[in-house]
Amino acid sequence: MLENRKWVIIGVFCLLGLVYLARLFYLQILDDTYSLGASKNSIKRVVEIPYRGQIYDRNNQLMVYNTPVYDLYVTPKQVRIADTASFCRLMAITPSEFDSIMGLAKNFSSVKPSLFLRQLSKEDFARIQDALVDYHGFEPVISSMRTYPANTLANALGYVSEITRNQLEEQDLVYYRQGDYVGQNGLEKYYEEQLRGKRGVKFMMQNVRGINKGSWKNGDYDTLAVSGKNLITTIDVELQKYADSLMQNKVGAVLAIEPSTGEILVSASAPTYDPNMLSSRSFSKSYRSLLRNPYKPLINRPVMASYRPGSTFKLIQALVAQQQGSLSPHMVYGHAGSPMRCHCRGGNDLRGAVQYSCNPYFYQVFRKFMYFNGEQNTFKASAIGLREWHDMAEKFGMGDRLGVDLPSERRGNLPTPEYYNKAYRGEFRWKFSNVYSLSIGEGELLITPLKLANLAATIANRGWYITPHFLKGFGKVGAEIPSEYTQHNETGIEYKYYLPVIDGMRAAVVHGTVDQRANIPGIDLCGKTGTAQNAKFGHKFDHSIFIGFAPMNNPKIAVAVFVENAGWGGEAAAFVASLVAERYLKGKTEALSLDKRVKASSFYPPSYSAPAPKRSMPAPKDSSHKPQAPKSLITDTRPKSATSVAVSGN
Amino acid sequence: MAGFPVPENRHRHVQPVINNTLPRRNDPFAQNIDWITVLLYLCCIGLGWVNVYAAVYSPEEQTSLFDMSTNSGKQLMWIGTTAILIICILVINHTFFDTFAFVFYGFMLLMLILVLVAGTNINGSRSWFKFGAVSIQPAEFAKVATALALAKYLDVPGINLMKRKDLLYVAGIVILPCILILASNETGSTLVFASFIIMLYREGLPGWIPAAGIAAAGLFIFALLFPKLYIFLGIVALLLLIVLLMPRYNRSIPNLLALGVLGIGMMVYVTGVDFFVNSVLQKHQRNRIKVLVDPTIDPLGVGWNVTQAKIAIGSGRLQGKGFLEGTQTKFDFVPEQSTDFIFCTIGEEHGFIGSLVVVVLFIALISRIVILAEKQRTKFARVYGYCVAGIIFFHVMINIGMTIGLMPVIGIPLPFFSYGGSSLWSFSILLFIFLKLDSRRTALTRR
Repeated sequence: MLENRKWVIIGVFCLLGLVYLARLFYLQILDDTYSLGASKNSIKRVVEIPYRGQIYDRNNQLMVYNTPVYDLYVTPKQVRIADTASFCRLMAITPSEFDSIMGLAKNFSSVKPSLFLRQLSKEDFARIQDALVDYHGFEPVISSMRTYPANTLANALGYVSEITRNQLEEQDLVYYRQGDYVGQNGLEKYYEEQLRGKRGVKFMMQNVRGINKGSWKNGDYDTLAVSGKNLITTIDVELQKYADSLMQNKVGAVLAIEPSTGEILVSASAPTYDPNMLSSRSFSKSYRSLLRNPYKPLINRPVMASYRPGSTFKLIQALVAQQQGSLSPHMVYGHAGSPMRCHCRGGNDLRGAVQYSCNPYFYQVFRKFMYFNGEQNTFKASAIGLREWHDMAEKFGMGDRLGVDLPSERRGNLPTPEYYNKAYRGEFRWKFSNVYSLSIGEGELLITPLKLANLAATIANRGWYITPHFLKGFGKVGAEIPSEYTQHNETGIEYKYYLPVIDGMRAAVVHGTVDQRANIPGIDLCGKTGTAQNAKFGHKFDHSIFIGFAPMNNPKIAVAVFVENAGWGGEAAAFVASLVAERYLKGKTEALSLDKRVKASSFYPPSYSAPAPKRSMPAPKDSSHKPQAPKSLITDTRPKSATSVAVSGN
Repeated sequence: MAGFPVPENRHRHVQPVINNTLPRRNDPFAQNIDWITVLLYLCCIGLGWVNVYAAVYSPEEQTSLFDMSTNSGKQLMWIGTTAILIICILVINHTFFDTFAFVFYGFMLLMLILVLVAGTNINGSRSWFKFGAVSIQPAEFAKVATALALAKYLDVPGINLMKRKDLLYVAGIVILPCILILASNETGSTLVFASFIIMLYREGLPGWIPAAGIAAAGLFIFALLFPKLYIFLGIVALLLLIVLLMPRYNRSIPNLLALGVLGIGMMVYVTGVDFFVNSVLQKHQRNRIKVLVDPTIDPLGVGWNVTQAKIAIGSGRLQGKGFLEGTQTKFDFVPEQSTDFIFCTIGEEHGFIGSLVVVVLFIALISRIVILAEKQRTKFARVYGYCVAGIIFFHVMINIGMTIGLMPVIGIPLPFFSYGGSSLWSFSILLFIFLKLDSRRTALTRR
């Protein structure tokens, strides 16, 4: 009968109750490990915060380390201050600041310590240490602060700051607590888990007076703090600093990669800032001033700025067209039949077209590529051709994030047929004549400097690349490197197709689009210039771009340089690239006049004011770092419509 | 029989109710209430309140039990409002709950959907409505509405839990709010719905279903804790044991085959759990599940809570450290000390004796509810009574179990003890609706 199940249910209730009581009896009476001797002893939890890992460059030069600092804690109930005014003078705060901090502390708890002043330097602490004896209720706690002796690479390193409320609430496994420090950007954020190490916990027995009576249960429940691992980066600090010095008074990016390993040697973003600014007590003030700076120094341009690649993209066009079979190196195209203007004599073969960056030539190459599929309807043929083009160009890492070890990499844009279907509101409503700007790297293409540097490395390797990365190892070189940073990514383009392109690139430097002064003797630089349209959109000058590698045979370094508003790609950007390559290959700079010239040149978007910024930016009063100027222009490079037609390039 | 005038002729004549203009007469306030249950309830509330006070008490700043800025003061306010609620429930005609059961249920589903859209995020779960300083969690009230809806559905004559169709409907009623609560990331509150199985068992659910449920849960935990090989060996050993213990005449080929299929099914299930947890889930999701069964993998998070809770309770010994004398539950040694870990305060300050009193109190309360439920004349009241007993039992077992390391850490409150308005309200409503229904039962007998 179902009524009898009542007894089963009550029986289960009572049985489980008995089990619980038995367990309680065991815990509370039998098992005396939980009894703490004297009845009022208690177990105190002591948290050990490990040292954050240091960061080194490829030559084992220290880039980031921890400086000990002191945080001052206050317990409001114990505070006895005779003369508040002199106390405030000692602490270098105003009485109103004192009141607000104490108010907050009291609000939190009058018996528990809360933070009074953060990050007192050793010198400051020494000054107040003796005086502190007279003021009860204040307790210094040692802590540490990031310091950047190399004073460079600010954007890629990121910074460390107190965890924000959102981050605190959104963590998956609760690890961080209020007031913990956490990597907020760049490598500090990407490798946060390895750098921070692991907090340890010790259980100490204390008597009622707070005196330690040894560890509880022989430390069985303790966990040891594991200090953070040292991060060895692939950066060459000397080269990085040199690139910084070349980029002074310019806006843009310099990237250098070792082609054979994918290791990033230089990742300069200009203008840059002193990374120490964001680690001291004045964090919020510095951060605000950096945020207001019209040149946006907080943008890590190598991976976050998307430019149109301009003529540098012709290299990919030449490679994919050869692989497809629609182009042979000996084909010659003239200027006739192309809507694009050009500045060369015309009638080049592939080498000559790369050397002189012939626009009509690549117009014809891309046209043939798009219609090389036997489809008679030009609309349908364009859709098939563009898909093929997209899939081949994607293998160079263009369509998506490359996967560099930085948290903020931008995706860029490599247009797909779907993209144009959307822009033109329907399938087969666009064809080659609508999208031919792509042939010379204009139109809807958006590519980060990092990807162009990677393109240079790919060509230097004649067919493959390793995903660019900053990680050279944890603790020692080569340790804990994920497999994606060692494996070869093939482009699917045969070795032989690279050779005429590389010939053209060398010729471009020797006697082509590149200014002769960039042809520094002894480094065998190969390169391709690019001039991304910018003047067309209301500015006076275009963006100057150069990608290349050196030496021609067995390349050691691949470089990509962007200089905004510097015009002609064969000058500003090519100069910087050749100087960086020379310094790396020779270990010194011999082209001194060029060096001097580049350092002296300034390409801030200066006196001209077109177009007027949409809303005027309040000029920062304390922008000690960089002079004031109108809003940066890098965000304006996106074409206004899908139909923009390109007519420049070199 | 609290002092309400009862018509003299009531006991002697069975009058057909014709001139029944005032329903209150047939449904007097607080008449025939089961005072034993009320007494047990008051004991729980009183002990809970005092322990909430002790949990947040600190010797340095001595606050009053009635200080409105502390949890105990606020809890007093909640107790006051609960008293008003109880009076309302006792005044309302008993048919109200029967008639509007599905309306409540629908309204509650609406609230659960609404909270997903318009709710406030507290501790990572979007399940609270915030009105000024007061936060209400609809999931707490979902239990009451679901219990009423189940009772109403099963009250229909001819419903039989042996029939697959009826069983499916019942499952639907339970699972619908479960999904919504799970969507707001309240795993603990969702698990509570498993407690309805106690009621369903009483109402004729085939016995193998709860058995299979318990076995599945057990195997799930084993699959997380032990290597697959050991579990497989264990299953084989178990089956062999069953075969050996089987009476000889039962060892027919079909029976042995059925056992074999059962064993293979269990192994497939274990493999599936293993695959799901280790291959499908992301690392952080995996850890969140594993930490439920093995707190030591996260010694700074959940594991820390369990260790501290055990230290606090264990240090209480036989008599405890005395009221307000606890050291471990003060400050922040034990987290959530006035809500989910309130039992630690009891264990530490009142020792084994205190724990014993609380456990016995709860068992007495739950058993009393079961006994009352069994006496009901209507199926509606009986089903509802079993739901109440089941829900309270489940909460008590999980909550106390997690503080003494017998259960995984699931954040659900200890009924009537934990600090918090939503849970106090919902448990009181749950209980007193049943007491109201029960008071009618005696009225019916007398007539």
